[in-house]
Amino acid sequence: MWDYTEKVKEHFLNPRNVGTIEDADGVGEVGSIACGDALKLTFKLDENKKIKDARFQTFGCASAIASSSALTEMIKGLTLDEAEKITNEDIADYLGGLPKEKIHCSVMGMEALEKAISSYRGTPEKIVEGIEVCHCFGVTDIEIEKAVKEHNLKTLDEVTGYLKAGGGCGNCHDEIQSIIDKFIDGPKKSAVKLSGMTTLQKIRLIEETLEKEIKPALLKDGGDIELVDVDGTTVFVRLQGSCATCSRSKITLKNHVEAKLREKVVHNLVVEEVVDEARIC
Amino acid sequence: MKPVYVDNNATTKVAPEIVEAMLPFYTEMYGNPSSMHTFGGQVASHIEKARKQVASLLGALPEEIIFTSCGTESDGAAIRSALHTQPTKNHIITTMVEHPAIKTLCETLSKHGFRITTVPVDNRGRLDMDFLTKNLTDDTAIVSVMWANNETGTIFPVEEIAELCSQKGILFHTDAVQAVGKIDMDLSKTKIDMLSLSGHKLHAPKGIGALYVRKGTKFTPFMIGGHQEKGKRAGTENVASIVALGRACDFARESMEKENTYVKMLRDKLETTLTTIIPKAVANGDLDNRLPNTSSISFEFIEGEAILLMMNELGICASSGSACTSGSLEPSHVLRAMGVPYTAAHGTIRFSLSIYNTEEEIDFIIEKLPPIIKRLRSISPYWDKSWDF
Repeated sequence: MWDYTEKVKEHFLNPRNVGTIEDADGVGEVGSIACGDALKLTFKLDENKKIKDARFQTFGCASAIASSSALTEMIKGLTLDEAEKITNEDIADYLGGLPKEKIHCSVMGMEALEKAISSYRGTPEKIVEGIEVCHCFGVTDIEIEKAVKEHNLKTLDEVTGYLKAGGGCGNCHDEIQSIIDKFIDGPKKSAVKLSGMTTLQKIRLIEETLEKEIKPALLKDGGDIELVDVDGTTVFVRLQGSCATCSRSKITLKNHVEAKLREKVVHNLVVEEVVDEARIC
Repeated sequence: MKPVYVDNNATTKVAPEIVEAMLPFYTEMYGNPSSMHTFGGQVASHIEKARKQVASLLGALPEEIIFTSCGTESDGAAIRSALHTQPTKNHIITTMVEHPAIKTLCETLSKHGFRITTVPVDNRGRLDMDFLTKNLTDDTAIVSVMWANNETGTIFPVEEIAELCSQKGILFHTDAVQAVGKIDMDLSKTKIDMLSLSGHKLHAPKGIGALYVRKGTKFTPFMIGGHQEKGKRAGTENVASIVALGRACDFARESMEKENTYVKMLRDKLETTLTTIIPKAVANGDLDNRLPNTSSISFEFIEGEAILLMMNELGICASSGSACTSGSLEPSHVLRAMGVPYTAAHGTIRFSLSIYNTEEEIDFIIEKLPPIIKRLRSISPYWDKSWDF
């Protein structure tokens, strides 16, 4: 049972401004049905370029509906310059706070507003940069870094609450943790780490090498390889396709994969094959 | 407001007569059953009576019953014992739709080098038996398949699988937490080696469970210490709860017919009415072969937590297939394994009834839920008004 404030419950049970404006000046849509929440925000301006009306449609949990309702109330009467200053924290504050696991609902509100304002102004939407870390919810390393830095997030749970990243299968938890660690340990530790390679950098380089230098050769023989985990200098991979059943796979692993990774990443790296079938996510 | 409680797969009301049976063990009969004196020692006879009651419901021998603290402990004890007693075997077969008690344990074991095979299910939640059969190897230490699924109520052919395993000399365990008391069982006629059950799913209190271990099966204890439970589970016995579980097993046998007639009738009325009057509402699971009390219904294009909270305002207690309420943000692994589309998986509600439910309560839900669904759909950007009812 979530610990929702009275205000969240009130906005959930009696949401304001539900619907869409047909001839809207701005339209912002975020989220998707696969992610479990989505918001469509529309607004209309008056002759003074102030928001005259705002409407929303939300697919999601109670706090997603309450956050959307709150957002529409907050932006009415504002100019776009004023409205664009609204942050997700403002939305959460308006509702008397949100459980930390539900902060992403207020983030969704802020993002929909940003998109709606961009659509009115005709400015290009912000391009999401970086490499996707959380595949369940499509969150990139740069988005995570930004959130950790700007909102002083200290734990994996906080990142998940904020961005949903890591809230699905959990395969990306280590990677998210290493992004947090970069900031949480302060400049001293980061500086030490950066003199070598951070875990994240190492993983990226391993991925890149696998993709560009190793996979093509394996694919030619009807095989494939998947990176499972990296623990220190040990790289765990899973061989697939014809490689998985090939009696020469151990030789492939040592002579080809390990040699290449040692050359490109670290000289003392060891490659281990994972043969379990327990991939649940 | 008296709650309309339809969340009995989560936990059940403790039957008043069971509470009554427990009380003496919290008041005058507080002795330790292991003590030498009569005051303590006499308590042991009540434990043995409870053991017979549990055995009788399962069609087992009393000495095949070990009392534990819960279903999860029973599951863990069974799997770990199978691995300890067969150190050369490295493989476990389970299903994609197990309860976290098995699922998380196997995920952890896989990180420790055990090979885990998870058997997939079809869109009705039925096991792929060919897949299971093909994966039985000389290296397989144990196969663990739940008797009935907690989310959809789908019943699995555990007796058939146990037979298969037995032919190959492989141990078979079943998590029967949801099935015990609802499905008539006679373990003496099956090849099931181990079975887990939990008290609080059958009107006993929380914190008590049992593990059936077939006579002659090698077993190493999970809890180590004193000699309680003939050395198979250390720790001073939870006497009052053990007595309650024994009483609950009698109670379950007495009410099993009611479960399969009255409760089933209420469940069918609820499910049929809701899926008829509400468009784009679909019942999940193997509808012809499932627990009599369980109904999992997906209401498309809306989200489960929102439905639950609106029902909560009216005192209706159910649970959501969507994991929004349970920490993870992904829809339930059971619905995903079944390939339920995202449009439906997020908006799934599980109703699980008991003999304490009344027809008035079911009518109340039938009256109150459709407007809630309609309301939430009117807010959803994915709902097309032309589908409305």
